[in-house]
Amino acid sequence: MNYYLQILTVIMINSILAVSLNLITGYTGQLSLGHATFMGIGAYAATLFTLKLHLPFLISIILGASVAAFFGFIIGVPTLRLKGDYLAIATLGFGEIMKNILLNLEITGGPMGLRGIPKVTNIYISAVALFLVIFSLNRIMNSRVGKSFIAIREDELAAEAMGINTTQFKILAFIIGAFYAGLAGGLYAFLFRYINPKDFGFMKSIEILCMVVLGGMGNTYGAVLGACIITVLPELLRSISPVIAQYRMVFYGLLLIIMMIVKPQGIISAPSSNKKEYKNSLEKGGQ
Amino acid sequence: MFFEQIINGLTLGSTYSLIALGYTMVYGILELINFAHSEIYMIGAFIGLTMVSVYKLPFFAALLISMIGSCILGIIIEKAAYKPLRKANRIAPLISAIGVSIFLQNAVLMIVGPQARSFPSGLHITTLNIGGFRISTLQLLILFVSIILMVGLHFLIQKTKLGQAMRATAQDKEAAQLMGIKIDHVITFTFAIGSALGGAAGVLVGVYFDSVDPMMGFFPGLKGFVAAVLGGIGSIPGAMLGGLILGLVEMVGAVYMSRYKDAIAFAVLIFILLLKPTGLLGRSVQEKV
Repeated sequence: MNYYLQILTVIMINSILAVSLNLITGYTGQLSLGHATFMGIGAYAATLFTLKLHLPFLISIILGASVAAFFGFIIGVPTLRLKGDYLAIATLGFGEIMKNILLNLEITGGPMGLRGIPKVTNIYISAVALFLVIFSLNRIMNSRVGKSFIAIREDELAAEAMGINTTQFKILAFIIGAFYAGLAGGLYAFLFRYINPKDFGFMKSIEILCMVVLGGMGNTYGAVLGACIITVLPELLRSISPVIAQYRMVFYGLLLIIMMIVKPQGIISAPSSNKKEYKNSLEKGGQ
Repeated sequence: MFFEQIINGLTLGSTYSLIALGYTMVYGILELINFAHSEIYMIGAFIGLTMVSVYKLPFFAALLISMIGSCILGIIIEKAAYKPLRKANRIAPLISAIGVSIFLQNAVLMIVGPQARSFPSGLHITTLNIGGFRISTLQLLILFVSIILMVGLHFLIQKTKLGQAMRATAQDKEAAQLMGIKIDHVITFTFAIGSALGGAAGVLVGVYFDSVDPMMGFFPGLKGFVAAVLGGIGSIPGAMLGGLILGLVEMVGAVYMSRYKDAIAFAVLIFILLLKPTGLLGRSVQEKV
């Protein structure tokens, strides 16, 4: 495949990842540091369904995403019952444990990873996948469920007082996010034809977080923009100086700090539900 | 064998306690998981290593300088990355903290390279034989230093005016401010103390395993946090107890499942979150509107 088409395909896959983390972190306000782990689970599961059970591509990646969603449920239940930042640490730990397991299991090929995956993913398939993800996400966000997610982000206590079961909705957001990430993982595996536990480590999770933070937390199109920038930037840097591209993590670290201090809403700022309502009420004559 | 694993566990656990103290003190006051703490630990170890190997200082002088260096680093991090976000929503300082951690880790990686270095402490280490059980003097030294630091911290928090101010701030920030406590000073001081303890832990672990590298902070940082949650986050005696218990559980567990040694701490975390989220010594706090 052409180099540029390949990059475009990677942008689409990264966009799915960014959009799905945005659902958890941007819309629902829960910080997950193990998003790449769900991508990895989806990638490994989809690959194994194809290589061992000889299931067709489409069924494999959907089953892979479902496995990722199941793990999202398993990890979400104990940690999301609590208020506060336990989720961040728990997902961080979960990612490392998962890497540990993938490196030690026989069926996952250990540190050698899995090879010989058929190449199926192309620009059209990833574009359709991205479209379906964004479309379904918009439907969710415009529904009662989506409003509940935003209510939890804005004020968890007030949301609870309004009768929203915050734990249930936080877990739901986490499951949906993990499903999409698993889908992206499946597409990734069938694009690069080779997967390895290191592809889905903490660094990848931070990269996805950078996409969301850069583009704008709580805005789906912001997340897509962030994914474009973070995917293309290292490629550009590599052509200028390979050394800079190698140490891009230093840059990511600075980016996170500076974005939080200077422009926490990201490049495309999300409309705050509070302000919108306030403005509407002013237009209606203060009612 | 079992007795030796217990001594190993207590030695390792005492360093977890030192790390956990930094997390728990900051969390008690700011409700922020200071992700950069694991990098302070790592840089503390590197400062100690530099002092010993380049400037040929004796071990205890290097330990002291490393604590001072970590202390200054902690203050700089607080002023640069957390203070501007004091009024922001909950998630912003958390992301900034991760940014600091990623930045420091990779900056050190860029400067010194990924390879691990040995720590020539210059200490005279022998193995004592007490009634058939073997204990190295290094382990005794680590336990001794950790206990001295923790007793010192306990004295500082319970007996001095500054400690009183810290406890008041942790209890109710606004009320403390009304009583004339300068909150900003207290927060800076909390970061300074926590970072000094983290740096000391870095040097002790560096000597213990005779290895220092830029990625060394990741797992101890995670485990220090687990220890803090186990003891009850925000509780200082809890952090000390949590660290020791985690060290013991890990060392005894390692006998049975060595390949998944690092997974044990995580399993402990999940169990506490499920069974007793407030931790062993933590008080449950009713949330106010």
